[in-house]
Order: sequence, then structure tokens, then C-alpha cells
Amino acid sequence: MMRPAIPPDRRLDHALAQMLFLKYRLGGLNRLGMATTNPRTLYQKIWDAHVVERRDDGTCLIYIDRHLVHEVTSPQAFEALRLAGRKVRRPDLTLAVPDHNLPTTARRDAQGARIPIADRESAQQLAALEHNAPEFGIRYIGDADREQGIVHVVGPEQGFSLPGATIVCGDSHTACHGGLGALAFGIGTSEVEHVLATQTLLLKQSKTMEVRVEGELTPGVTAKDVVLHITGVLGASGGTGYVIEYTGSVIRGLSVEGRLTVSNMAIEHGARAGLIAPDDKTIAYVKGRPYAPKGDDWDKAVAWWKSLATDPGATYDKVVVIDAADIAPSVTWGTSPEDVVPITGTVPAPDSFADASKRDAAAKSLAYMGLEPGQPMASVEIQNVFIGSCTNSRIEDLRAAAAVLKGRRKADTVKWAIVVPGSGLVKAMAEAEGLDRVFVDAGFEWREPGCSACLGMNPDKVPAGERCASTSNRNFVGRQGPGARTHLVSPAMAAAAAVAGHLTDVRDLI
Amino acid sequence: MEPVKEITGRAYPFGQKNVDTDVIIPSHWLKTITRDGLGRGAFETLRADPDNLFDSAEFKGSPILVAGDNFGCGSSREHAAWALFDLGVRAVIAPSFSDIFSGNAFKNGILTVVLPQEAVDRLVEVAKTDPIHIDLESQTVTTPFQDRFTFEIDPFRKHCLLHGLDEVGLTLARGDAIGAFEGTVRTDRPFLAKGTDVGVAA
Repeated sequence: MMRPAIPPDRRLDHALAQMLFLKYRLGGLNRLGMATTNPRTLYQKIWDAHVVERRDDGTCLIYIDRHLVHEVTSPQAFEALRLAGRKVRRPDLTLAVPDHNLPTTARRDAQGARIPIADRESAQQLAALEHNAPEFGIRYIGDADREQGIVHVVGPEQGFSLPGATIVCGDSHTACHGGLGALAFGIGTSEVEHVLATQTLLLKQSKTMEVRVEGELTPGVTAKDVVLHITGVLGASGGTGYVIEYTGSVIRGLSVEGRLTVSNMAIEHGARAGLIAPDDKTIAYVKGRPYAPKGDDWDKAVAWWKSLATDPGATYDKVVVIDAADIAPSVTWGTSPEDVVPITGTVPAPDSFADASKRDAAAKSLAYMGLEPGQPMASVEIQNVFIGSCTNSRIEDLRAAAAVLKGRRKADTVKWAIVVPGSGLVKAMAEAEGLDRVFVDAGFEWREPGCSACLGMNPDKVPAGERCASTSNRNFVGRQGPGARTHLVSPAMAAAAAVAGHLTDVRDLI
Repeated sequence: MEPVKEITGRAYPFGQKNVDTDVIIPSHWLKTITRDGLGRGAFETLRADPDNLFDSAEFKGSPILVAGDNFGCGSSREHAAWALFDLGVRAVIAPSFSDIFSGNAFKNGILTVVLPQEAVDRLVEVAKTDPIHIDLESQTVTTPFQDRFTFEIDPFRKHCLLHGLDEVGLTLARGDAIGAFEGTVRTDRPFLAKGTDVGVAA
């Protein structure tokens, strides 16, 4: 279209307007003189809201809103504070919960006295946290409290973890809280000490990746299958250096608990953190929880949370699009979480990988796992089933497993099957719904909350050479005990495997 | 923290890819409440093999480890860095590191050097027979065979390593700025300013 000619008597005004336009736009102001900002991603918005100071080299001092502490990665941090005569800056923004070492059998005898923990070192770590938390003024949810559980279950459940917050914990699965739209990531013990002392961390901004999962999940395919599939697509290091925002119709369609499951495993594809934009479901989930904002604070919080979604036109450094139709109930065959195939698939041949070091790794994995190339995954016999962990121990996970087990029993060849609720509150809710009966009737043990068989730090271990269909997040060599062979699956798939005695397609049972 | 300037010596020609922190230090070693003595548990599974690299007379005690892509992936346990340090490792060279591991290594005075795969392959070869020299000031890795590779490092991390600075102490000195930020949060986002003291009664 031709531009209309500017009449001579209007030319000066027009030139002036253009100059003003340029001045304001280049100066970051719109025509009304208000500041304009470039479209920003969810990650950028949370980051910007937490910058205390920016250094010339781009490193930022980032404020930490919530700090979860457990017994494994904190003793040396408290020790260092004590030696240096330093205090915890914000004990009120810190919450301590023991989880990794706690046995999942009864913790108190009939008289209410603590049953001693056999492993001396476990007991020592637990005692250190029980002692350090009150010494530094930190709220402690102990083994006898109903609210105790896995930190990543307890944080959201208590309303301590909030959308838009920066959340850290000395545990790599802290990414879990990203399911609420919080910027949450794991840190090491020196950083735990840094956060305790200063409530900040020195960080460089990560690159951003959008993983968009579009379409509709087919029956029997759950949040766990989505994240296993993503890990298979990206690889164990595909997300290194990135914070991943999970988007698309599938992610929006997931419940908040499902989103926590997806974000929980962000670290398994190498990402520093996972994020899912908070929406009405998130807000409804947080509302009324013990530490959730109340009154005026609540209204302000909701308004802010609603402003956090990625702006239209904002760009990511990388975008990966996944079609929901490609996602089947998934299972791992190897010793890296990237070793994912659909349950209908077969064990891959090491030669099938283009990368030489992956071929080598695959051959080692198969030797460790005792599997042959070409073997159908659905024929792999299992002797153990573990339903639990920060990935899959929330109420919906237990409901999904119980739905498969109702009226059925585990195969006799399955020697050990346990269900470990993520917290005492999840346990109570499940019992109120009668799920514990379903599990017990199916031949499962119904346990006390904790990290349990996800990692070999407490008495729940898988014997060497045996297989476990596990709803946890890592299939590393020795993760569930020396020589243990782990197949990562969803809760429904774990339940199906228990019934069949081998890995099997849960869709045949529903 | 001891300053890190130059690291010279034999290097473990390890080269493995995706070495996770469970391999560096298995979880049953995480039960300590101090930082010392974890070297005994470093690479425990690999060291079950009597012919392993880490206990061989030639390499035992080497200050440098040359590894494959994605070194230190998996669990965030800082025990991995403590175990390597206790084993005598002061620098790890690899094509890439997990973010958490490289942060932990830095905070414990272990230098992580990122070099392209070809350079790492070459260093694995050299390491089998000869020492390697790392100079942090000039950001170079050199060998007795005239190989010279330069690497990038965050200037702040470089400064802290060269001078052995304690990050917690540096940040505590910024207490006023942190306090000012907390004031803004109390006004603008009061819901984030209240943690466990929001109280069920509030």
C-alpha cells in the first residue's frame, strides 16, 4: 500500500513526531513515556525479580525465597557456620525435614519411644539435623510429625514452596518445585552454607529451552511417561546449561502433581531447573495450605503469579517440540535415564548408536542389566517393585497404582513390593481412601514416608542382580543398592509389573 | 581455601563419558558429617577391579583427571568434589561438566577445565605416558610435546581461585544490599517475605 503523501503544512509536525518516536522507543519508553520492556520468558521474569546485585561480568547475586534442608547435604554446612561463628540470616525462610536416611518401617514403639536406627552413620546424620535446626532457629518437621516426608513432597504440600519463588535445596531433584512455576534447583553443601549465611547465591543466568508437548495423551500414558520420553529425546545432558520451560497442551492438561513429576526429572536431562507456568490449577493447589499467603497477601500473590507466564513474542535459546502421539508407557533398559524405550519396544543393540562412547556405555549397561539386544521389554522379569520417591509418591500416584492393583495380586515371583507415601499427610489421605488396603491385599508392604529405595541410603535396598520396576528417577549403577538393576516406570506401570511378574504394558490391564 | 595457580603432574587418562556422582562417590559414603576421608570411597565401584587406574602405581595420587563429556552429572552431592579433593585431584579436564558439579568443584578449590573433545582425546593420550601442566593465570593446558590448549573460565571464579577467596565471606560483606533488597520484597511481594512465620494463625 502506498503511503499517503504528507501535506506540506504538516511536515514539521510529522518530523517532530518521528523524532519523539525514535527517542522514546530507543530510550525504552513508549509514546506515553512509560517504560517498555522486551517480551520476557517466565524464567527471565522470576530472575529479574530476584536480582540483588548485578556484576559487570553478568554474575548476579540472587535472592533465595525458600530453602529446604535435609540431613544428608547439610551437616557440613552447619559445621562451617559454627566454626566461622556465623548465623542463619533468615531461619523463617528455611525448613528442615529428614528424609534420605529414615527407615520406612515404624519409628516409634507402642509407648511412643523412638526405635533406634541400626545404621550408626544414618542415625548420626539424622541426629545432626535434629540438633542443628533448633540451634539455628529453623523450623524442623521431624520423624514423628504427621507432616514429615520427602522434602520435595513436603514443600509444595505445606505451601512453603510458592510459584514465582526461588527455591533451593541440597538435592538435585529440587527442580521438582518448578512444577508450581518456582525457579527451583539443587545446590551443593557449600551453596547450602552460602544460602544459610546470606539468603543469596551468586549465579549466572542459564540459557532457556522450551520443551513443548502438544497433542493429547492416550490412555495409560502419564506424566512420568512424558518426562521419561523427554529424557530419551533430549539425552541425559541435552539440557545442560539450560533452564527448561515445559509448555504445550499436554503440560497444561496435567494436574499440578503431574507437573511436579515432570519438573522433578528436569535434572535427568541435565537442566538446572524445570519450569511450568502457574495457572488457575496452580493457584487452586496452593490456596489454603499452612504456609501459603493469607488475606491481602494472597490477593497480591495471585495477581503477581498471573503476570508470570511467558510473554507472547518472547524467545527461547532452544525449542524442542514433542508430539504426544509419540509417547507410550515408557521404561528404561539401561543405566542412564536417557535409556528410554516404549514398553512395546525392545532392548537396543549397542551398535545402533551413532556415538562411539554411547555404544561403549550401552554395552556396559546391558552387561550390568543382564539384558540382550532385541529382547522385548515386556518380557523382562522383575523380582521387586518400588512405588515411591519424590517423583511419584503423591496421592495421585498412589491412586493410579491402586487403580491397577484393585482386585489383583502381585505375582508370586515378585519377592518384594513396597509402597512408600511421600509424606505422612499423603499416607493419611491414602488410608482415608482405603488405598492402603488395596496395596496390602495385592501383596504390597505399606510403609512410612521417606526416600526409601530410590537410593541406597536407608535399609530399603534391592538385592544385587535382581530387578526392580521402580517409580523413582534414576537407574544408575548401584543406585538402589550394589548390583541392583533398575527399570524406571510410572506408578501404573509398576503396579502392572507387580501383577504380571515382568515389565508389561499397563494398557492391557486397564 | 588454598589458592590455585598452577597444577602440574600426571593425569588420570580416564576419558569416560557421563560419569555421574554416584560413580564418583557411591551414596553409602554420604553419611559422613565432616568433609574429610572421602577419597577412600572415590570411584569405589571402579576400584573394585584390582587393575583400576586410580590405584595403579603409575597414576595413584595424580593431581589431574581427564574425563569425558558431562562429567559429574546426576546427584548434587558435594561429596563428589570432596572425594576428588581428598583423592588428591586439583583439576578435572573434560568437554563438559554438569552445572552443579562444576559449581561444587570451584567452591572446593578444584579447577574444572572445559576443552573441545579433540583436545581432551589428545590429553588422554599424553596422560598415559607424560605429565600435563595447567596454568590458571594464562588459562592454558600444555604438554611436554608442545601441545597448548587455551580454555575459558568465568573471571570471578578465576579471581577467587587465584586468591583462595571464601565466597560466603565475600557475600556477607554485601549485607547492606541484601537488606535493602529484603525491604523491597516486604513492600512489593510481602507473600514471599513470610516463610514459616506466616503461621497457621495468620
